[in-house]
Amino acid sequence: MFTFTLRRLILTIPTLLFISFVIFMIVKLSPSDPTGNLPLTIPPEVREQIREALGANDSLLVQYGRWLEQFFWIEPRVYLSNTFGWDLGTEGEIRLLSYQTRSPVMDLIMQRMPQTLSVVGVAYLVGIAIALPIGVISAYKQYSVFDQIGTFVSMVGFSVPPFFSGVVVIVLFSVLIPSDSFWWLPSVYDTTHEVTDWESFKYQFRQMIMPVMVLALQITAQISRFTRASMLDNLNQDYVRTARAKGVRERSVVLLHVLRNSMIPVVTVIALGIPSIFGGAIITEQVFKVNGLGQLLIIAIQGGDVPTVQTLTFIFAILIVLFNLIADILYGILDPRIRYD
Amino acid sequence: MPDGALPVLDVKDLKTVFKTRSGEVHAVNSVSFDVKPGELLGVVGESGSGKSVTMMSLIGLLPSPPADVKQGEVLFDGQDLLKINARDLRHVRGGKIGFVFQDPMTSLNPVFNVGYQLMEPLRLHMGMTKAQARIRAKELLELVGIPDAERRLKDFPHQFSGGMRQRVMIAIALACDPQVLIADEPTTALDVTIQAQIIELIKELREKLGMAIIWITHDLGVIAGIADRVMVMYGGQVVEQAPVRELFTNPQHPYTRALLQTIPSVRGARAEKLNVIEGQPPILGAAPAACPFRDRCAYRFDRCDRENPLRRDVSPHHDAACHYDFTKGGAHGV
Repeated sequence: MFTFTLRRLILTIPTLLFISFVIFMIVKLSPSDPTGNLPLTIPPEVREQIREALGANDSLLVQYGRWLEQFFWIEPRVYLSNTFGWDLGTEGEIRLLSYQTRSPVMDLIMQRMPQTLSVVGVAYLVGIAIALPIGVISAYKQYSVFDQIGTFVSMVGFSVPPFFSGVVVIVLFSVLIPSDSFWWLPSVYDTTHEVTDWESFKYQFRQMIMPVMVLALQITAQISRFTRASMLDNLNQDYVRTARAKGVRERSVVLLHVLRNSMIPVVTVIALGIPSIFGGAIITEQVFKVNGLGQLLIIAIQGGDVPTVQTLTFIFAILIVLFNLIADILYGILDPRIRYD
Repeated sequence: MPDGALPVLDVKDLKTVFKTRSGEVHAVNSVSFDVKPGELLGVVGESGSGKSVTMMSLIGLLPSPPADVKQGEVLFDGQDLLKINARDLRHVRGGKIGFVFQDPMTSLNPVFNVGYQLMEPLRLHMGMTKAQARIRAKELLELVGIPDAERRLKDFPHQFSGGMRQRVMIAIALACDPQVLIADEPTTALDVTIQAQIIELIKELREKLGMAIIWITHDLGVIAGIADRVMVMYGGQVVEQAPVRELFTNPQHPYTRALLQTIPSVRGARAEKLNVIEGQPPILGAAPAACPFRDRCAYRFDRCDRENPLRRDVSPHHDAACHYDFTKGGAHGV
């Protein structure tokens, strides 16, 4: 297992280099000007100097090399020295700047990360927590009323896009319900809100309910269907009959023997879904005005902010590659039949 | 064969029905039989004759729905297994009645090691601690002839060969010293040499441990070698039941006769064609009102269409369910 992991980790280096090159070049091909966001009063000569200073006039390969250096060498060191107060000689090094805000791209990302992680991350956890029992019970009581309802809810979750369900819950909980009611929920997520005491925690909780609900519906739909299918695959296996013939309690038969087998593919799917948490739920974040990573990406695309788009996309790519590897390793841990060495 | 002893398992008038979308299927129709302590009862019949379903009905192993054990009595250890509560039945299952299934490749849980699966019934029914169960599990593996038992407890099923897995299954079934071992085609999925080994093993274990065995198979050759008594099933009912020698020398039911004729012989002239029983076994949509074998029977006459024959004694230990009397060469009671 260890050699397998090591081999795979080493293999990710060329993969990521290739991905980074493709991402860099594709985004670079877009006709965007680093000075496009600046006031029109700035004369063309000055604009040219700004472009020169940003290195936008160098050859693409040179720019790519610099970007890689900033991404893999400068930014991590800056991060480390900022967090731990070490002096890693980063003073005066040129950081990767956003065209739009002129501030380092990594700082933007670090500012946005907590919102995305709390909202989308919580939604993911809530979704899994709801989906697993639904999937297990639906499969065990196949075609029962519970299963039918579960199937219906999943179909809704699959087919209703968040820009619709988001607006529906806003209309329901923020518009139709009067704002002095207990059930009223804020439709705009206040990012500046800080949790200091019980009251502020309650407000934070309330403002998270709607975005989490909308996202969790989708996640629940996917994972519960997947769990159900996987459970159904296993419930009719011979080993289940053996377990019953051994006199194992029915609950242990289902929750130990069957679930343990069924979780193998489900855990893999859950692991593969984790990068999408970091990717943020682009649409849901827009609907509820959560200024997370998804929203940052949208703004960066709209503003022609090439470095931010490149960096965000590449970070998502790294996470996807990484969690693919993690899913593979989990598979090997959960299923004793799979040995990678 | 112990004679006259009280049966360890006594099944009376068992009826099992499956409810399907296209109506009911009567899989087991008034099956009665018993097994004496230490006896090996062979159950033969072609696929779909209700052999496995009968045995699974006894100990509540059929999923319900669709299966429904409609009537009958299963007397074991002084109680009716069809009436006792789920908890007590669980302790009988895997405790006093062991079960070995057909396909050892899929009958073990792939994600638990063999030790865990072997220790599970020990801890459930015998109240053993983990440490005690481990010692017993090792003994059991040695008992069924698995070398290096201590180490192999930690292995997973996929690390065992088919024959070895079946040995593990047998060890699991024997874990709690059962009084009855039900072996549902335990050698069908194995190749011939392994088959012989498993048969030898079960013979040996039976001598050592003295439990009764119900051996379900469609291989008459196997039955001839190991059974004390044989029960032939067809269409969800018992059509003939006799001590093994008697059954092979003096079959009294046309189905048994036909079955025996399908065995190719290595002696004498080489057969041009293998004997077969023409037709298919019936799928019974209702409790049979006529003989289920009549469509394939060479001795069929008008009474067979009107009346399902009851089992009648041919000799003290031999009974058959047929209107035709082979000793006399004509219908019974005429």
